[in-house]
Amino acid sequence: MAIDKSINVLIVDDYKTMLRIIRNLLKQIEFDNVEEANDGTEALTKLRAGNFGLVISDWNMAPMTGLELLQEVRKDSRLKTLPFIMITAESKTENVVAAKQAGVSNYIVKPFNAETLRDKIEKVMGHA
Amino acid sequence: MLERSPVPDQLELLRTRYPQPESAQLAEIVYGILSTLNGDLTARDAALLSEVEELAATMSRARAEISALRADDINQSHIPSATDELDAIVAHTATATDSILECCERLDTVAAAASPEHAQVLRDVTTAIYEACSFQDITGQRITKVVGTLKAIEEKVAHILDVFAGHGGGGDPPPPPPVEGDGLLNGPQLPGSAAAMGQSDIDALLASFD
Repeated sequence: MAIDKSINVLIVDDYKTMLRIIRNLLKQIEFDNVEEANDGTEALTKLRAGNFGLVISDWNMAPMTGLELLQEVRKDSRLKTLPFIMITAESKTENVVAAKQAGVSNYIVKPFNAETLRDKIEKVMGHA
Repeated sequence: MLERSPVPDQLELLRTRYPQPESAQLAEIVYGILSTLNGDLTARDAALLSEVEELAATMSRARAEISALRADDINQSHIPSATDELDAIVAHTATATDSILECCERLDTVAAAASPEHAQVLRDVTTAIYEACSFQDITGQRITKVVGTLKAIEEKVAHILDVFAGHGGGGDPPPPPPVEGDGLLNGPQLPGSAAAMGQSDIDALLASFD
């Protein structure tokens, strides 16, 4: 299934370096419409105001974590089906289970490679 | 005035009256007990009192040694200095990583104008560099965990000083810091640790929900 690469992607991370890395990796797989947010609160504001087709979020952020952002997204009637990928260093079973129960579309553990990012995006966009 | 009751009963009475006696106070109490015994000391009593005397002396030595350690330096100098050094590591690696990323972005620009074959080589190289640069995020999180550990040590040292070196009233140890966020922030696990899941483990776990 062909993936629509013209969609708006929101990447959320409190590490500016990480935002820059993900943005560049997305650009290499031809996702050019990328916006950034530095934490869950800013992301939620942008999501409610904009028109995004995919969220790629870190977990460990303050004041609103990635998990809390995911929970808010799934509670929002307009955003609840939005594909949401968590990219995080949190690799414990309890984290993956909590994210899945909150409705995460896919989960990438850091450090990750471009191939994993591409594969997970294709999977969630294919199921979107 | 202590009554002429068995030594264990007298010790229990003392414990009730003086829950946290000073070492000198304790020694004085022991000598007081000895002076009231008037020769009716059994071998068992004598052994017990000898141990109490030794305990008082040990406490006195420990207190003097802790005071001599200049343990305040740990909290006032060593730990803040270590925390500053770790913060500097994070700042320097962030600056270096940004420089590397900037170079990669310039290479990507060059790739756009290069022949398809050369462009692919350049993109493969920059992709590998982007992937490698994510180390900065992971090391930053690991260092944050170490800083948290140092702060916990700082609190414990302060409590020990309060209790043993006469810096304050002692009391209960400080409560653990409140859990931030959603309570699931464990940070990166060490490679090979039992708690760490790799990407394939995570994929399998997610698939088990379907």
